[in-house]
Amino acid sequence: MSAAAIAEPMLPRPFRVVASRRETGDTVTLELVPLAGSVPDFAPDQFKPGQFNMVYAFGVGEVPVSLSGDPADGGRMVHTVRAVGAVSRAIAAAAPGSVLGVRGPFGSAWPMAEAEGRDLLLVAGGLGLAPLRPAIRQALARGERFGRIAILYGSRGPAEILYREELAAWGQRPGATVALTLDHADAAWEGHVGVVPDLIPGVSFDPRNSVAMLCGPEVMLRFTARALLGAGVPAERIYVSMERNMKCAVGLCGHCQFGGDFICRDGAVLRYDRVAARLAVREV
Amino acid sequence: MRSDEAQAEPGEAAAGAGQRAPRRLIARDQLGALIQTLAGSGYAVIGPTVRDGAIVYDEVRGVADLPAGWTDRQEAGRYRLERREDGALFGYAVGPHSWKRFLHPPAELLWRARRTEDGFAVEAAPPSPPRFAFLGVRACELHAIAIQDRVFLGGTYRDTGYAARREGAFVVAVNCGTAGGTCFCASMGTGPGVSAGFDLALTELVGDGGHAFLVEAGSEAGATVLAGLASQPATQAALAAAEAVVEGARAGMGRRMETAGLKELLQSNPEHPRWDDIAARCLACANCTMVCPTCFCTTVSDRTDLAGGEATREKRWDSCFTADFSFIHGGAVRASRRSRYRQWMTHKLAHWIDQFGTSGCVGCGRCITWCPVGIDITEEAAAIRAQATGPGKPEVTHGDA
Repeated sequence: MSAAAIAEPMLPRPFRVVASRRETGDTVTLELVPLAGSVPDFAPDQFKPGQFNMVYAFGVGEVPVSLSGDPADGGRMVHTVRAVGAVSRAIAAAAPGSVLGVRGPFGSAWPMAEAEGRDLLLVAGGLGLAPLRPAIRQALARGERFGRIAILYGSRGPAEILYREELAAWGQRPGATVALTLDHADAAWEGHVGVVPDLIPGVSFDPRNSVAMLCGPEVMLRFTARALLGAGVPAERIYVSMERNMKCAVGLCGHCQFGGDFICRDGAVLRYDRVAARLAVREV
Repeated sequence: MRSDEAQAEPGEAAAGAGQRAPRRLIARDQLGALIQTLAGSGYAVIGPTVRDGAIVYDEVRGVADLPAGWTDRQEAGRYRLERREDGALFGYAVGPHSWKRFLHPPAELLWRARRTEDGFAVEAAPPSPPRFAFLGVRACELHAIAIQDRVFLGGTYRDTGYAARREGAFVVAVNCGTAGGTCFCASMGTGPGVSAGFDLALTELVGDGGHAFLVEAGSEAGATVLAGLASQPATQAALAAAEAVVEGARAGMGRRMETAGLKELLQSNPEHPRWDDIAARCLACANCTMVCPTCFCTTVSDRTDLAGGEATREKRWDSCFTADFSFIHGGAVRASRRSRYRQWMTHKLAHWIDQFGTSGCVGCGRCITWCPVGIDITEEAAAIRAQATGPGKPEVTHGDA
């Protein structure tokens, strides 16, 4: 599941920001490369879609951030960061040329191999599209290995849509569908308004031969999984990516526990049948 | 009853129960020689000592530092030292400290970083573990150490600081002769007698004009140290007396925990009304997690100097009872005290078994004693069982959780 053990997992390694692209008002996508000579064993293609890094802003602090780039792009760690707290604000503000610390990659991965030969449903809410992006890109790049690929994405408003140009391009790929919905539309919006599960009846897939990958707020995960189950997708082919407070990222600090699972080690990607009962309980 | 899950034993320093080394008798004054020997071998000798009205673990230089003639009286939310009739050195149960304070210290520097022309450079904190000799480790505490071994050393990633401190440690265990009012190790299968995980194990024999210790070596290092002390072969009378000491403690347990089906009981009752009842009393003060010998959670604290040129990261004990513990953007996942107590108790007694193959509770009773409002984990478990639905309920009639 996870990559090989890292020699010094607690030490941030310096990476230089080589590109910063503004996605929305408060969200940027950063591209990072290791500082020359400082990360001898760095191999960006060793991370798997669904994994995350701990990203450190010098003197400010560290937060978990999913990898949102394609491992096949080579040479770069890509992170999409929303500025919501002191640390994520500092990271999001990192200009090209500045240096951030990186520990990782950590955690489990989306089940790309298991999904081969099946229809693929990639369902995201909000920033949840970022951890799915590596899976989407990998699936589209190897489209011949999959059945139909449906990308369902819910955003708060038109201004919060991530990867806007890519979304449009993904929808043009043969065999791929992109369906968007907004919580709050504006006058220019002609698309769907409502919650993400509402998009499911509109896409064609074979529920008995599909794999679904879900990432977003827990309430979205619950209702989306319920709708997929209702449509006939077996619980063991639904995967969710969970979020919890994390400090160490290696299963030692206890913060990210979700029932018996450590989200940093056993997740963030977990099979739905394993977590369904817990997801139904508040404040676990 | 000892459940299978509770049988965590450290891999080293374990004498097989069937082939235990012959036990020896040493006089009280030889305990001083033991402390000297260990200190002379480069160990920082840590043992029980009286401070601020409690028995705490600290550096000891001789027998005079030990709590001679003291015992502790413990109840839910209550701890008092009292004089004993005799001069027993280990005539108490357990105090607020546990050995995790030394193996898994409350604060530990992880690294330093400094700004450079090219960004910044991070340096790991130099490992300089003191070699600890622990004097007076109870059976429940040996189990607690074995449990933390699984937590910190059993996974893909090891806590390297813990590993260094643990590997260097010399353990002198003591069989319990006095059970505290909040003790329940007998029902957790973790005591009161020690069985493995020590270098030396003592049983204090005091009374009838004599004061001696029965000593058993549990490792080669222990046997070497024992050979350097003035000792005699154990008499049948001494062996019988030692057995009576442990049986006395077993019979004196102040509390009891029913462990049968406990994991399933808690995991299938997250909405039990008792959680609300506990929440009305719990202050979320985190005392239970600080005194617990197995609670292992930590946070990190990043600091910079005033000029912003240097930064450090320190690891510190943390508690699942704080609001910060589960904070993610938008707020705490576990905002209510109900959810925090449920998390702590369910983790301790149930999820721990899924995670580490052992219960996280050793029955030492500290969380009961040091809870300022006297919440009693054995009482809460029993209350949940009494009105439970689903697995673990008392009469197995089928209910749907």
